[in-house]
Amino acid sequence: MSLTIPHVITDAHVVAKRNIIKIKRVPDLLVFTTLSPIMFVLLFSFVFGGAIDQEGGGAAYREFLIAGIFAQTVIFGATITGAGLAEDVKKGIIDRFRSLPMAPSAVLTGRTLSDVVNNIIVLIVMSLTGLLVGWRIRSTPLEALAGFALLLVFAYAISWIMAWIGMLVPSPEVVNNASFIVIFPITFVANTFVPLATLPEPLRTFAEWNPVSSVTQAARELFGNIPPGAPATTSDAWSLQNPAAYTLIWTVLILAVFIPVANAQYRVSTSR
Amino acid sequence: MTDAISAQGLVKRYGKVTALDGVDLTVPTGTVLALLGPNGAGKTTVVRILATLLRPDEGQAEVAGMDVLADPAGVRRKIGLSGQYAAVDEYLTGFENLDMIGRLYHLGRRASRERSRELLAQFRLEDAADRPARTYSGGMRRRLDLAGALVADPPVLFLDEPTTGLDPRGRTEMWEVIQTLVSRGTTLLLTTQYLEEADLLADKIVVIDHGRIIAQGTSDELKSQVGGERLEITVTDTNRLTEARDLLEPLGIGRATLDHQHRTLLVPVSGGASVLTEALRRLDSVDLRLDDVGLRRPTLDDVFLILTGHAAAESDDVPSGAPQQEVAR
Ligand SMILES: Nc1ncnc2c1ncn2[C@@H]1O[C@H](COP(=O)(O)OP(=O)(O)OP(=O)(O)O)[C@@H](O)[C@H]1O
Ligand SMILES: [Mg+2]
Repeated sequence: MSLTIPHVITDAHVVAKRNIIKIKRVPDLLVFTTLSPIMFVLLFSFVFGGAIDQEGGGAAYREFLIAGIFAQTVIFGATITGAGLAEDVKKGIIDRFRSLPMAPSAVLTGRTLSDVVNNIIVLIVMSLTGLLVGWRIRSTPLEALAGFALLLVFAYAISWIMAWIGMLVPSPEVVNNASFIVIFPITFVANTFVPLATLPEPLRTFAEWNPVSSVTQAARELFGNIPPGAPATTSDAWSLQNPAAYTLIWTVLILAVFIPVANAQYRVSTSR
Repeated sequence: MTDAISAQGLVKRYGKVTALDGVDLTVPTGTVLALLGPNGAGKTTVVRILATLLRPDEGQAEVAGMDVLADPAGVRRKIGLSGQYAAVDEYLTGFENLDMIGRLYHLGRRASRERSRELLAQFRLEDAADRPARTYSGGMRRRLDLAGALVADPPVLFLDEPTTGLDPRGRTEMWEVIQTLVSRGTTLLLTTQYLEEADLLADKIVVIDHGRIIAQGTSDELKSQVGGERLEITVTDTNRLTEARDLLEPLGIGRATLDHQHRTLLVPVSGGASVLTEALRRLDSVDLRLDDVGLRRPTLDDVFLILTGHAAAESDDVPSGAPQQEVAR
C-alpha cells in the first residue's frame, strides 16, 4: 500500500481541521480572525474616511476603502501559516507528523488551506461590519462572489510564501516580524487606501504594478465600488486595466514557485 | 526476519560536535533494548535516526525489514515514536490529539475514534479526554504522548526517556503499560538515564557515552562488569587514600576507583558483609581512619564512573574520545 492521491488529500484535510480547531481555542488567533478585522473596518472607515474628505463625503471614500481593507487583511491572514508552522516545529508537532506514514506534503497543504478557512471567516466578519457602516455591493451577487474568490486565491498564494518563510526561520516571533516588514509596505504602497494619483513618481509606478493594487482594483470593480467621478483609483497600466487577469498571473506564478520551494525547505529544515 | 532493528556504523556530526561516532545496534524482534546514557550521550540522536527524522552522516539502518534511508515511508508505517519532549498539541483535546494521529495512520474514521477512546481509558485520561491538553499536567501530557505512539499498534516502538518527569506512581504505571506491550510481542527501543528502569524492562542494555557504545549486555552481565556490589569508603585523610586502595583492592573483584576530591575509594566486591568486615579489620590494623563506609549496589553513576572513568553528571565537560576502559577481570 503506497501513498495514493487520496491520502494526500485526506491527510491535508486532517491537518487543516486541526488548525481550524485552534482558531477557536487560541485567543490570539480568535482575536486576529474576528476582532481585528472589525477594528480595521471601523478604524479605517472613520479615521481615514473622515480625514480625507472627498466630494461624495466620507461615505464614498469609505466605499472606496473597503476593498483595500479586505485585501490588506486577507494578506495578513496568510501570515498565520508562517508563524503557525514555526511554532509547530518548535513544539515538536512537526516531528510527530514526520514519524507518521502521512503524505509529507499534507503538513504544508493543510496549513495553507486552513488559512483560507480563516480568511473566509475574516471576510464574512468584515463584510458584515462594512455593511453596518454603509458599504454596499453594487454589482451582481455572482460578480461579488468572484471578487471574494479573487481575494482568497491571492491570499492563498501569499500563504505559500509564508510557509516557506516559516520553514526557513526558526521562531514564530521572527516569522511575525519578518512578514510584517514585507507585508506592511506592499499593502500600503498600493491603491488600497489612497488614490494612485496622490502618490509621487517612483512609488506610483511601483503601486501600479503591485499585485496588491490589482487585487484591490479587481475587487473594487467586482463589488461595483467605483463611484462615478471618483479619482483615479486606476491608471493606464495594463496591470490595472486588467486587474483580475494580472492578479491571477501573479497567483499562479507565486504558487508555481513557492509550493515546490516551501516543500523542499520543509524537507531540509526538518531533517537536520 | 529476526532483527526488528539493526544499525551499523551510525555517525552524526553537528559542526564540530560528533553526536554519534559509529554506533552498531541490533534488536531482535519481540525484545526490548534500553539505550542508557547521560545527557548528551547521543540517545535521542539514535532514536531520531531510526525513526526516520534525521539522516545519519554515515552508516545504515533497517527497521522492521525496511531501510531507514531508502524507504522512510515504509518504516513509518511500522513504528510508533514518543519523543523526549511530549509532542502533544496543547490546544487540541486529548481525544483530538489521538484521533488526528489515528487518521494520519490511515486507520479510518471509526477505527481511529474507537482506538483513541480505548487508549485514553488505558492511560487513565478518560476524564480529561475532552479538555485541551494545555490543561494537562506534565505526567498526563507524557502519557498522552505515549498513547499517540501506540495508536496504530505498531510492531516497533521507540520511546525516548518515557518516564522522565513522571512521579513514582506514574513511572510504575508506565512500566506496567510497557511490560504489557512487550508481552504482546512489540519490539521496543527505549532510552533512559535510570539503570533501574533499564534493569526492569530491557532484555539487553547498551550503554552509550559521547556517541559511542561503551558497554552492552544483559542487566546481569553489565552489573557483573561493573562489579555488582561495591565497597565504598571515605577516608578522613586524603593522603592515605592510595594506601587504603592497596589494602582493599585485593579483596575486590575488579579495579578500584579513587576520588581524591571526595576522599572516596570504590572497590567492586562480591561476598557482601564478610568482605566489609575484612576491609574494616585491615584498615583498623594500620589505624586508617574513616568518615564513612558501606556496601552499595551499582547505580548508573557507578556504571559510568567505572566504564568511562568519569561521573555521569560531568560527562558533558569531558572531551570525547576517552579510550574504552578495560574493567572486568
Ligand atoms: N540540532 C543539533 N545541533 C547541534 N548539536 C546537537 C543537535 N542535536 C544534538 N546535538 C548534540 O549532539 C549530542 C547528542 O545529543 P542527544 O540529544 O542525542 O543526547 P541525549 O543522549 O539524548 O541527551 P539527553 O539525555 O540530554 O536527552 C549532544 O552533544 C548535543 O549537544
Ligand atoms: Mg535525549
